[in-house]
Amino acid sequence: MTHDAPACERDATQPDIAPDMTTQGLSLAYGSVAVIEDLDLQLPAGQVTAIVGPNGCGKSTLLAGLSRLLKPRGGTVLLNGTDIRHQPTRQLAKRLALLPQQPHAPEALTVAELVRFGRHPHQSWLRQWSADDKACVDEALELTGLTTLAERPVDALSGGQRQRTWIAMAIAQQTATLLLDEPTSALDLGHQVEVYELIQSLAASGKTIVMVIHDLVSACRYADHLIAMYQGHVIAEGLPSQTVTPELVKRLYGVDCTLMTDPATGAPLLTNVRRTRDVLDGSAT
Amino acid sequence: MRVLTHYLSFGKPRSLIGLWLGLSGLLIAIALLSLLYGAGDVGPSRAWQALQDLGAAASYDSEARFVIAELRAPRLWIGLVVGVALGVAGALLQAVTRNPLAEPGLLGVSAGAAFAVTLAILWGADTATLRVSVAQLGALGGCLCVLAAARLQGIGNDPVRLILAGAILSGLLHSLSSLILLYDQHTADEIRFWVVGSLAGRQLDDLVPLFPSLGVAALLTILLARPLAALALGEHVAIGLGHHPRVVRLLVIVVVALLVGGATAAAGPIAFVGLVVPFAARALAGPDIRRTLWLCLPLGPIVVVSADIVSRLVVPPSELPLGVLTALIGAPVLIGVVRGRRLPTL
Repeated sequence: MTHDAPACERDATQPDIAPDMTTQGLSLAYGSVAVIEDLDLQLPAGQVTAIVGPNGCGKSTLLAGLSRLLKPRGGTVLLNGTDIRHQPTRQLAKRLALLPQQPHAPEALTVAELVRFGRHPHQSWLRQWSADDKACVDEALELTGLTTLAERPVDALSGGQRQRTWIAMAIAQQTATLLLDEPTSALDLGHQVEVYELIQSLAASGKTIVMVIHDLVSACRYADHLIAMYQGHVIAEGLPSQTVTPELVKRLYGVDCTLMTDPATGAPLLTNVRRTRDVLDGSAT
Repeated sequence: MRVLTHYLSFGKPRSLIGLWLGLSGLLIAIALLSLLYGAGDVGPSRAWQALQDLGAAASYDSEARFVIAELRAPRLWIGLVVGVALGVAGALLQAVTRNPLAEPGLLGVSAGAAFAVTLAILWGADTATLRVSVAQLGALGGCLCVLAAARLQGIGNDPVRLILAGAILSGLLHSLSSLILLYDQHTADEIRFWVVGSLAGRQLDDLVPLFPSLGVAALLTILLARPLAALALGEHVAIGLGHHPRVVRLLVIVVVALLVGGATAAAGPIAFVGLVVPFAARALAGPDIRRTLWLCLPLGPIVVVSADIVSRLVVPPSELPLGVLTALIGAPVLIGVVRGRRLPTL
């Protein structure tokens, strides 16, 4: 960026502090099937929160509810104390960015073009493209290390670069909160680390990150706050190192394990994972 | 100098403008040809002379002047409007259904419009204005029927099956229209040439009632282009960016109905223009709906007007109806698209 280019600054109407996101008595359902009932939750500001749990535990449903994709059957999702359903969706899009699971870019769309979509909530039909928008897109490309790839088609990139492009789009949205649904599914180990480190750096810059992830070990490694869900209920939450216990792992996934501490990072580490005997007998609980 | 080389080497913005200007030039040439060539006695040289005399108070060749001003020019204008309407409608429908095969003629939109107009003529409506609104309502009905059927069956994701649902509805509506025509001689006379789609024998007055609704459609298209482009990233991404996919989809369908209904009221159902034009536009400009729409503006009339020229010349001294000709051209294109290595995802 040159010196006189306008800097990418957050909308002045947005509060400076990282927002707090809470749910009160949140109930979510698909059709007549209740998935989550009466959930009270607090998501810490400026940290990476990972929602984990077995398949079908309601973690993706919870994320859909937090991001207004799914209308609650009861209760509310509050962002800075305001019900998200009482905010126009475009206003909300300036506060809350969302990355669905495995999004698909149209053929031949370039990295820069995709990232520019992130400016949509800040643009109107009369004010389509400003120097401010350009600054934000440039900054998002730089943060994600994609500046040199800006003119490349998204579908020609590696999986990790592609996911970084989508995250760059969400960054260009200039929101304080970012919700990610399994941001590393279908990525190999190297690309996973690439994406997780980017997410960590975003949280370090003050964003509140909430992500659903499958892999408990990565959750322990990269999250500041862990939410463990089982059958629609939060059964444990807190610092990974204080929350994850062999009992919790057993309850969540029906496996026994030995818990160690990663000597390099201090994060909990699962070893000797094996199926619990009584699961095989068909009496898990 | 560096700025200039950077600008020239920079792909898309320049090439879009270049393409657009090139195609517009082509369109002007084709429009001129459509004034010069026809099925009747007035050949190109007489027409050219008469065109040069148009500005003069008195013409030396009043027959040629009449043919150009009263027959060929109205036909050209209608061809231009119909071409834009059908090309844009096709691009919009394909974007909103995320289906590269979604063509107004194949999705029951044109058939709905034609059936509604047949009914209206049967019941004695003969004013052009009424015909336009009836056709637009019919187009909306046909479109919603097919999309609802597709949704009920959960086949929205399969491009070919959506077209199948449209073909079934189109077939049904065409049969019903034919049935009405069998039993009602007056309606049949009124409508015979109209139901196959043709620009022949239309007058400029047929165009005037279209303008209000086409103006609304143009305005809505401009407003919808951005959200529609975001919708191509997926419904959830679009919501995350602050758009309202449901509202956008509904409005796009209304625009498609306005455009296709209007075009059908003016020229009868003309199939495959809405398939061929966006297909070519995407091939030239990439998948972004905003670029596609820009290129549809010159491409639509290019296809319709040149097809109209050919329709006058292939079987002299009579004419081949335009709808027949576009089907002859469009059907192989459709087969080609379906059989292609893979369907482009939208």
